[in-house]
Amino acid sequence: MTGSILRLAAIRLLVVLLCTAMLAPIAIVVIASFSGDGYLKFPPDSLSLRWYLRFLGDPRWLAALWNSFLVAAMTCLLATALGFLAAYAMARGHFSFRRAITALLLMPLIVPHVVTAIAMYFLSARLGLIGVRPWIAVAHSVVALPVVLVILQSALKTVDPNLERAAMIFGCTRAGVFRRVVLPLALPGLVSAMLFSFLTSFDELVISLFLAGIRAETLPVRIWNSLLLEVEPTIAAVSALLIGVTCLALLAEWAVRQARERSATATR
Amino acid sequence: MPLRHFAKWALIAPALALLLLLFITPIGWFIAESLAELGSASEVWLEAKAVLGSRAILGAILNTNGIALTVTLMVLAIGYPLSYALSRARGLAFSLVLICVVIPYFTSVIVRTYAWMVILGRNGLINQVLLGLGLAREPADLLYNRTGVIIGMTYVLLPYMVLTLYAAMKAVDPRLLQAAEGMGAGPLTVFAKVFLPLTLHGVTAGALIVFILALGFFITPALMGGPGDVMMAMLIEREIELSQNWPVAALMTIVLLAITLLLYAVYARFADRTEEGFAR
Repeated sequence: MTGSILRLAAIRLLVVLLCTAMLAPIAIVVIASFSGDGYLKFPPDSLSLRWYLRFLGDPRWLAALWNSFLVAAMTCLLATALGFLAAYAMARGHFSFRRAITALLLMPLIVPHVVTAIAMYFLSARLGLIGVRPWIAVAHSVVALPVVLVILQSALKTVDPNLERAAMIFGCTRAGVFRRVVLPLALPGLVSAMLFSFLTSFDELVISLFLAGIRAETLPVRIWNSLLLEVEPTIAAVSALLIGVTCLALLAEWAVRQARERSATATR
Repeated sequence: MPLRHFAKWALIAPALALLLLLFITPIGWFIAESLAELGSASEVWLEAKAVLGSRAILGAILNTNGIALTVTLMVLAIGYPLSYALSRARGLAFSLVLICVVIPYFTSVIVRTYAWMVILGRNGLINQVLLGLGLAREPADLLYNRTGVIIGMTYVLLPYMVLTLYAAMKAVDPRLLQAAEGMGAGPLTVFAKVFLPLTLHGVTAGALIVFILALGFFITPALMGGPGDVMMAMLIEREIELSQNWPVAALMTIVLLAITLLLYAVYARFADRTEEGFAR
């Protein structure tokens, strides 16, 4: 009896330790970003907002933030739109090479990003598209597409095809069915897809590193360039900002799911 | 509502076109044109033999496989108990463990790497604790060497393993464990004879996916490694960025792609089979 209690306690302790180890690095960066010291040190001797102020006062960091935001917003729209159409086709159509198509669509997750990035650089340099933000968004959409597809395919599984049939019997056109039945029912999945494709682009480094040039430096590229020189505390502030964006996106996704569950129980 | 032939292809065409134009074609074109710089097929073959036989590149291939293997084993050792806890936890405990896995998972790789640089550096947290407790006379070298690379990559890849294993563990019917217990098996026997065999396909799937991703790693080893920890992806990047040596980069890309796709094919086969197994 005491043996099993001890074992249970040991397992609990191990899990608490592992969970702490998972979150600690992220917490440490956030705490270090509020340091008042002149160089990076943990725990900081004093607290201040000086590294945030330095970030906000530096036009190059601000330009990088704006570039990241623009590229991520464009990626999120493009990847979600293409991904939604493809996921719908996969859910309702019968493809003879289904497995091959799925493997192809998921391939950008598997192929090392360095290979993808160099190939895109090879193409973009010839087309004169290095440093063009919409083009970087198109390139990011390649790696965001598999993420969007996985989310939307499972979201569309919950949409009953009979609802679409019913709407068509009552005189709705195909486009009408899409707009009035499929879109509203798949909306929570669409929101998740948009959030995660935004994050994928906002956090992407390797492709941006090759395609951004000097003109369209994104936040991760700017972090990379400064990390190669020195580990300065401004990076901690920028990292804390990126962590904040991630947490916000995860929170929004959770809220959407909660709202849907609540409305599902209400209609029942 | 089934889609007609034309409609389904029209809907999937934009996504396929994007991948064809920006993914498949550029990779093929870059490799073909870079190799064409070398001349005829026999000249390409000679250069390939010379490049792949060179010490730097053989070293990188060995490093890459060694690091990927170590990281996979570390991730498995840490991920298994964590996934087990996740699959058994309920309510608040479940949410807390999930948060601890998901927040790092969706945080930028460069931010996670930077976090470990802060922790492992000469003035970092670990060295301060070691010095403060008198366990070390001088700061330990934890960064810019193999130790740093392994720690950083293990942290970055851990969530992939946990989420894969969690799915496998969730599918285990708890009544099987109860039945084994009821028939007198101790906790260790239940684990070794029932739970472990039932989750083994998850272990294989998780290990394969982590190994595949580790093979192509670039950011973490580039920032946390030392001169002796050059991995294939880093070497490819350097050939382009520093020496503009496209043919060598293309040859190395072929090697990296071949290993990756081969393992992915094994993974896909394997994932299919376990799915069919469940359906039965």
